[in-house]
Amino acid sequence: MERDDLIVNDSYALNATHSEEEGKKIRKKLYNVTILLTVITIIEVFMGVAFKRNGTFAWETIKLGFIVLTAVKAAYIVLVFMHLGDERKNLKYVILLPYALFIMYLIFIGLYEGLAVQEMNNVWR
Amino acid sequence: MAGHTQQLSKDDLWGGNSSPFGVTYGKMMMWYFLVSDALTFGGLLTAYGVIRHSSSDPWPVGEQVFEALPFLHGSYPLMYVALMTFILIISSVTMVLAVEAGHRKDKTGVIKWLGYTIIGGFFFLGSQAWEWSHFIHGSGGGFQLASPVTVTAELESGEKVEMALPAGSWVHMEAEFGHEYEHAMEGAHDMPAAAHDSHGGHDAHAEAAVTEHHVNMADLKPSKLILNKYTLEHKDGKDLRKLSVTGEDCDKLWAAQAEGTMAFGANLHKNEYAVQQQYSNFFFFVTGFHGFHVFSGVVINIIVWLMAIGGEFERRGHYETIEKIGLYWHFVDLVWVFVFTFFYLV
Repeated sequence: MERDDLIVNDSYALNATHSEEEGKKIRKKLYNVTILLTVITIIEVFMGVAFKRNGTFAWETIKLGFIVLTAVKAAYIVLVFMHLGDERKNLKYVILLPYALFIMYLIFIGLYEGLAVQEMNNVWR
Repeated sequence: MAGHTQQLSKDDLWGGNSSPFGVTYGKMMMWYFLVSDALTFGGLLTAYGVIRHSSSDPWPVGEQVFEALPFLHGSYPLMYVALMTFILIISSVTMVLAVEAGHRKDKTGVIKWLGYTIIGGFFFLGSQAWEWSHFIHGSGGGFQLASPVTVTAELESGEKVEMALPAGSWVHMEAEFGHEYEHAMEGAHDMPAAAHDSHGGHDAHAEAAVTEHHVNMADLKPSKLILNKYTLEHKDGKDLRKLSVTGEDCDKLWAAQAEGTMAFGANLHKNEYAVQQQYSNFFFFVTGFHGFHVFSGVVINIIVWLMAIGGEFERRGHYETIEKIGLYWHFVDLVWVFVFTFFYLV
């Protein structure tokens, strides 16, 4: 099948295959990531049950901890499971950078607005 | 698994005659689709954050709303959703193993691991259906107060504590009484319509039934009500969750019921969990939208699984399709990781 979007006789070509040896190495990495993701999930659930949500500084820190752990999980899923970490650098950043920029802006502006609305509600209702 | 880190010079990369990204058209487009889909979910979750931050009323706590397990009584906070998360992570792993087997052109490996992925997907969908059903039915229901009430409530430790409840506070009923009351309410709503439908509105039987139900409704009084069922209150080192109110104070709360606030479980108009209807609406929309992604993922996986069994990828000489649907499946897992954090943990 002739296709112009492929580099023929290159390691990027579709017909490039992994050997049994390479497969073993990849699988080992995958199992390690699986264990990591499972452990993080268990820690998160434990934290969710154990810590008291009372609006104190401690709870705010725990909340931030959840978000950091989630980001770690997401990074492993994207970079290892979706193997974006193994792709060419230009592809990786074309996907990650615009998204990260936009979503950070959206989160900032959204939460900022949300808090402003709450303040108005508290004052005027 | 690309796994090819060989670096080419700029001239080779961008000088034409080759693919600068080093991926096929199909994979590239799958990534673009996933980026746009991720923006959709990012927007939804941010909208949820906006509503939550703008709300002055207490937001329900995941750990107290989601604490049930199928076939079991008692409180198991977050256990069920942890199980769902685990199922989805494991199905993501089996998917990546299928992709890896594809790279070795191991047909049996692909069929095996993709098969496990499909089973995992079905388990997740079933779990979500149960979760929804539990969320919709609720446990006991509750109502809001029309006027401020001060009551003496009992902590789980048996200690008594005085609670001044402002108007609009939620008071919840016990599951058993709540279900009984819900049925009585439904009966009272249905009956007048039935009486009206009958010939000339003078159906003695139907009228008797209506009266009987009215009597029933008035007779139904809870012997115990619960405060702070879904909103967590830890104040001055005291655990103020699930306080019980009995006796005279219970009657006082019951009498202060604001009309039309009685809610059982959740639907698109009412919910027993929070003052904000947005809470259950976001839950339905975001988990529903994600669930629909899982559903389409399972359908696509089944189609590709059948193609693999039929030897289609042997004929093509490569298993890249597995990689593409793998990307989609991992994306679904990725979204769930965020839904889990923001709807259940934080």
